[in-house]
Amino acid sequence: MVSAYVTNKMRNLRDAYSSALIELGYKNENIVVLDADLALSTKTKRFGTVFPDRFFDMGISEANMMGVAAGLATCNKIVFASTFAVFATGRCYDQIRQSIAYPCLNVKIVATHAGISVGGDGASHQMLEDIALMRVLPNMRVLAPADATEMEDVIPVIASMQGPFYVRIGRADAPIIFERHRKFRIGKAYVLRKGSDVTIIATGTMTAEALKAYDLLKKNGIEARIIHMPTIKPIDKNAVRKAAKETGAIITAEEHTIIGGLGDAVSMAMDEPVPMIRIGVSDVFGESGGARELMEKYGLTAENIAKQAKKLVKARK
Amino acid sequence: MHDATLIKELKRKALEIRKWVIESVYRAGSGHPGGSLSIADILACLYFHEMRHNPKNPKWEDRDRLVLSKGHAAPALYAALALAGYFPVKELYNLRKIGHFLQGHPSMITPGVDMSTGSLGQGLSVGVGMALAARLDNRDYRVFVILGDGEVQEGQIWEAANAASHFRLNNLIAILDRNRLQIDGPTEEIMHDEPLALRWKAFGWEVVEIDGHDLEEILNVFHEIKHNERPTLIIAHTIKGKGVSFMEGTLSFHGKAPTHEQYIRAMSELEQEERELNG
Repeated sequence: MVSAYVTNKMRNLRDAYSSALIELGYKNENIVVLDADLALSTKTKRFGTVFPDRFFDMGISEANMMGVAAGLATCNKIVFASTFAVFATGRCYDQIRQSIAYPCLNVKIVATHAGISVGGDGASHQMLEDIALMRVLPNMRVLAPADATEMEDVIPVIASMQGPFYVRIGRADAPIIFERHRKFRIGKAYVLRKGSDVTIIATGTMTAEALKAYDLLKKNGIEARIIHMPTIKPIDKNAVRKAAKETGAIITAEEHTIIGGLGDAVSMAMDEPVPMIRIGVSDVFGESGGARELMEKYGLTAENIAKQAKKLVKARK
Repeated sequence: MHDATLIKELKRKALEIRKWVIESVYRAGSGHPGGSLSIADILACLYFHEMRHNPKNPKWEDRDRLVLSKGHAAPALYAALALAGYFPVKELYNLRKIGHFLQGHPSMITPGVDMSTGSLGQGLSVGVGMALAARLDNRDYRVFVILGDGEVQEGQIWEAANAASHFRLNNLIAILDRNRLQIDGPTEEIMHDEPLALRWKAFGWEVVEIDGHDLEEILNVFHEIKHNERPTLIIAHTIKGKGVSFMEGTLSFHGKAPTHEQYIRAMSELEQEERELNG
């Protein structure tokens, strides 16, 4: 079991991303970073300041950026391409499909500002379908790290592995959950609490909420198993099956539409279905508002996870 | 002036490419002969004279790259690659056949294919990436991108054109197959594209125009543009279906295989031309 607690220390995953990139840049001269006029927001600009030769701002042309990334990757470059999740995946689906995933090129798409917690920018910028879009592509692996520590663990690992990755992170600062660095493993579920009454599988920003939900449930005498699923594809089937078998009910929690994301990946991974509730945004567009307000309005909270878990446990009795 | 033996040899290669386009598309029962035939002469010049490449080492890091952005002309590319020695010529019989590597549109699983293409408008961006990589690695290879004239209706082409000029990628050469036909009709009727050269010049490219079937002109243009300081667009005026009388300038052979009778006619025309050439 990995030690994980929701601490009071907040750190932005984008900062962690740029630190990890710079460290990689020193170690490997084949690392090249692209952005599409959001380098200050995604924080890739920091890499560009340290390694100006290996950083290209492609301007507001995301489709072109993905193609350029592919071209660089055919010439042995390990390319990180960043912009907001809504543009990285929605706008460039065909470029990613044809020019990156199909030829299985070494392009790491690291998208920021995913999910509803983008806040004030509203529905146009709140990407809730990106996991679904990237998950359906053969060769593509999909990750949603939970905190800055994990983000720093993920980046060098995906750089060391051949082929495309999609990593989604949010805009807001997030509580540190993992105080210690790990040897991160792609495709591995991390059990954070060992309960057996019900399983909560969470990814990205929702893992912190799941940990808080554990405490709420414990007060009600329910011992939940908390699984952090940073790799949504390839999903850790064994962990899902084991949890289904040992706890008999599963809740998934993701800051994403309930269609096509973690919930679907988990349900596909089960060999025998067990009662399941998906927590996510239920097939609607978001709206402007404060990050926390939106998470609450759309049910992306520890309280809602705990409520649904209780419902599920009660129904089984 | 290039020496007559070279021109004759390249003519022979272009004819062989054309014959294989007809043969492979006929056997596949589907494919795009028109736009394949229009680039046969250009491909012959590139693969059998101009490009620095090594069929025995398809991934050679210093090789010139070719991105067939108009991926539907794959039969011509495959013929050129096979004749150059990237894979056995007999593989051309397996175009579009299940379990074989010659996909309907270029895929990097095929030896010698530098980029998978097929969805129009993406190849020039890839070329920009390859050209940037050359600069990063201090290598002097060139990147050739073959574009269709219908294809440049895609907005991404212009994003890439802009980027290439911004980064002053003089190692990037785009060749525009100006055959003036796209699936739904003449390019100018479907979506007006003139003044084509001026548009590219406005984006900061060097633009030259040639007859895309005149081998002498094709060879010369590569020589002329060698010291350009910006990316170069070669507008190659071509005839769709070039080399087969009943396919020339006709829309219907954009994406249709010849019937058995048409196949016999096409092959006999090309063989006749070959005999005349070998005279």
